[in-house]
Amino acid sequence: MAAHRCSRSAVLLFLCALSLFIVADSQETASNGGQRDNNAVDSPQAATETAERAVEERRWEASEAEAAADRQDTSAAENELPASVPRPKDDFQEELVIRPLHSGDIYASFQFRTVWETDFMKGNKVSHYRLFPKSLGQVISKFSVRELHISFTQGYWRTMRWGQPYQPSPPGAELWVWFQDSVTDVDGTWKELTNVLSGIFCASLNFIDSTNTVQPSASFKPLGIGNVTDHRFLRYATLPREIVCTENLTPWKKLLPCGSKAGLAVLLKSEKLFHSTFHSQAVHIRPVCQDWECKTTSWELRQTLNVVFDLHTSAQGKREWSLFKMFSRTLTEACPLASSSKIYIDVTDNPQGDQFEVSPATPLLSQAVVLGDRRTFSVYDLTQQITFGTVRSLNLLIRWKSSEGDMLRPLLHAERYVAGYGLQTGEIHTLMYNNHPYRSFPVLLLDSVPWYLRLYIHTLTVTSKGKDNKPSYIHYQPSKDRVRPHLLEMLIQLPPNSVTEVTVQFERALLKWTEYTPDPNHGFYVGFPCKEESSYFVRVYTEPLLVNLPTPDFSMPYNVICLTCTVVAVGYGSLYNLLTRSFQIEEPSPGLAKRIANIIRKMRGVPPL
Amino acid sequence: MKTLTLLSLFCTFLLTSGINIEDNAAQFFSSGHTNNWAVLVCTSRFWFNYRHVANTLSVYRSVKRLGIPDSHIVLMLADDMACNHRNPKPATVFSHKNMELNVYGDDVEVDYRGYEVTVENFLRVLTGRLPPSTPRSKRLLSDDRSNILIYLTGHGGNGFLKFQDSEEISNVELADAFEQMWQKRRYNELLFIIDTCQGASMYERFYSPNLMALASSQVGEDSLSHQPDLAIGVHLMDRYTFYLLEFLEDIHPASKTNMNDLFKVCPKSQCVSTPGHRTDLFLRDPSSVLITDFFGSVRKVEITMETINLTDPIKQVEQNPVNGELQKEKSSYVDQLPVSEIIHQKPKQKDWHPPDGFILGLWTLILLVFFKTYGMKHLKHIF
Repeated sequence: MAAHRCSRSAVLLFLCALSLFIVADSQETASNGGQRDNNAVDSPQAATETAERAVEERRWEASEAEAAADRQDTSAAENELPASVPRPKDDFQEELVIRPLHSGDIYASFQFRTVWETDFMKGNKVSHYRLFPKSLGQVISKFSVRELHISFTQGYWRTMRWGQPYQPSPPGAELWVWFQDSVTDVDGTWKELTNVLSGIFCASLNFIDSTNTVQPSASFKPLGIGNVTDHRFLRYATLPREIVCTENLTPWKKLLPCGSKAGLAVLLKSEKLFHSTFHSQAVHIRPVCQDWECKTTSWELRQTLNVVFDLHTSAQGKREWSLFKMFSRTLTEACPLASSSKIYIDVTDNPQGDQFEVSPATPLLSQAVVLGDRRTFSVYDLTQQITFGTVRSLNLLIRWKSSEGDMLRPLLHAERYVAGYGLQTGEIHTLMYNNHPYRSFPVLLLDSVPWYLRLYIHTLTVTSKGKDNKPSYIHYQPSKDRVRPHLLEMLIQLPPNSVTEVTVQFERALLKWTEYTPDPNHGFYVGFPCKEESSYFVRVYTEPLLVNLPTPDFSMPYNVICLTCTVVAVGYGSLYNLLTRSFQIEEPSPGLAKRIANIIRKMRGVPPL
Repeated sequence: MKTLTLLSLFCTFLLTSGINIEDNAAQFFSSGHTNNWAVLVCTSRFWFNYRHVANTLSVYRSVKRLGIPDSHIVLMLADDMACNHRNPKPATVFSHKNMELNVYGDDVEVDYRGYEVTVENFLRVLTGRLPPSTPRSKRLLSDDRSNILIYLTGHGGNGFLKFQDSEEISNVELADAFEQMWQKRRYNELLFIIDTCQGASMYERFYSPNLMALASSQVGEDSLSHQPDLAIGVHLMDRYTFYLLEFLEDIHPASKTNMNDLFKVCPKSQCVSTPGHRTDLFLRDPSSVLITDFFGSVRKVEITMETINLTDPIKQVEQNPVNGELQKEKSSYVDQLPVSEIIHQKPKQKDWHPPDGFILGLWTLILLVFFKTYGMKHLKHIF
């Protein structure tokens, strides 16, 4: 309907993280990018957005090419609706983007988006929920949340093999929240919020406390609309150890309007989803502009699920993918509550159909600017009955014909490792690669290290191409034992075609014996720095580190034996000696001269001295 | 005469219907509970203790199948086996070899997982003394008309049960926790099942009324595991719970099997250990206690023929925006990485903290030295 289209196209600007496939043309500066954005979006029904920067939302610019024609017809029909029927204020859209990767793997990304024009912050409580889940609505209003982003990830995203993800996420659980200005006790509200979310998502988010929460001062700006950016209201925490399994997927699926009964969510079968190299599910809540004027705001809930299926484990080595092979289900209908339900297959690398073929063929094509790169997608519209054909079920098949072709090298990439030996000291190295041939990028590095790795910040060095590279902004908050972690934020300019290395030495602390986990010999996880790049906003996460802290020997028998033997030896030994030792007086032995004199006297027969 | 016969007939009619009503009423109120809860705990960590997680999940599955909803089940699993990297079939936990039965399923909600399964959390769940921000799914919100099933499995010994290889709960603590529950009227009847080595020692010390306990082995005996699966590489289930699951698969929500049949599950020939049970604290006769009193959630329904008038449907009040409200401000998205802003950011105003201990000590030392050298009489020069 008209309003949805307008809101959708108006929202296109924002996204949490995009990657950076920059085509090497000189137009890719911020302003020009913004203009391209506007051009892509300018269509009969959408007006210009209030584009401030060149951030693209991948899907919502799509559709302007061919599908616009259909919608114009439908819009004409819908405008004839009688005015007495109130326009529903909430809207649900679902989509699936499938991208075959050059390594033979396949990347599937689900997005379920509910937009609701309501105000959680007003005095009267919202009580009539239709498409928006009630549990999240109550969380927003009770804790005065402005923005909430939570993600659960299993596996690590391999940028060099797969390119950049549509929504990057760190391994484990990540939660960051912007609170409203009206909150007086942010820490207390944060603690309660994490407890409530741990109940909703069946995860141990209640382990988030002050020892792993930070307040970044320059990164993680709000993704929704708003004016205030006082960092006192931002909280960011990660749990690298958190496991993701069916018990997290079950409540996530229950938040969807159609549940897992209809639409794209029927494909979410846990046995296939967790048998993958990378699995990430996330919930993002933020206020967005209702239309291009941006005078009214509505709340947007986006549930995303990214999964990468491995060629060898899921496809038995054959480069042939289908919906049935990936998800063990085919699609039979769209969710009846969805206003749009689409599948997009990325065919940019396959213009003439020589790399892979997609069946059943579809005439719909759309283009969108994703990650700075114009991509072409084949579109399957599930709301049209014709998509399902005569068999009434849709099973997309993607068959690779040739395995040639190189992947475009991703422009920004980061790695991290721990150097050193022993259990006392070490060194953390963070490497940032800029693979662009001639452009340099400003990058904001956010690093949060737990308190038990005591960083020596005077040993912090940043080198690019062998030379020292001084950051233009450094914000460091030292840790306090058992209270808060280290927080290091630096704005570094990465020179073109280079590797920048950030090193800092640390010392490992000895924990109290109650602070060790039940399996301390596994090691402790250290969270990952997050790199943010400016002009095409990209967020890159690195791997988590596993460090061993000096661990006492918790084995009970050994300790018991040692203690008992010591007590027995000291106690019994002393007692025995006291009772059985007898004392005799002994003359001190004479000196050497006297002894020789005594010998001579003995020989003479005279009594000794 | 006529009235007399009529009257006598009427009286006999009332009498017989009265007896019927009493019978029905007695049947209706025999068990005395109105809701069911289950607390299922697996206390072992590490991949080779797969069978303990499978035990707990098979009881969870039976309890859900017989009607207890997820909101009334507190499931505690100390480690993740389904998505463990050593599991050749992720997101599955099997109880029978050759991967016949996946007890993990597609619709599971684990309330306490991983490091959260500790003795403290377990006792807090039982006694209800949880921090105020604990979500509802992690609480045991039972009342004095609740029948609770408690199932524990893991590694145990004579008088204790090991939690996660790092701490233990003793039988005395458990008995005291149940007494606290009784004092706070948190249960109507409680069935306690434990599948560990020397499990019978855990119920020796109970002293609260309305407790029935079952254990997989006596003091001095070990509970053994059932069968390994060669593809997965570990033992899949313990014997006692394996035969318990087999027994429960035959129970459906309307079955009338009673506790005496449950006591006969897994005789020594199958289990190698001798299962034990304790019913002396239980007020009712075990033969009159149905399995579904604890494992299922059977609602007793009363059918009524009265009609109820529903009120008028709720009319949606259309909020007309006041004219003044239309002139709202234009809001905009925030710049994600405003480089120039960041570089020129003013340093954050730090909150003033009173001087720390070290500084105070240093100043005290300086003052002491000063006064020692110059003496107190010079103070007047200062003040």
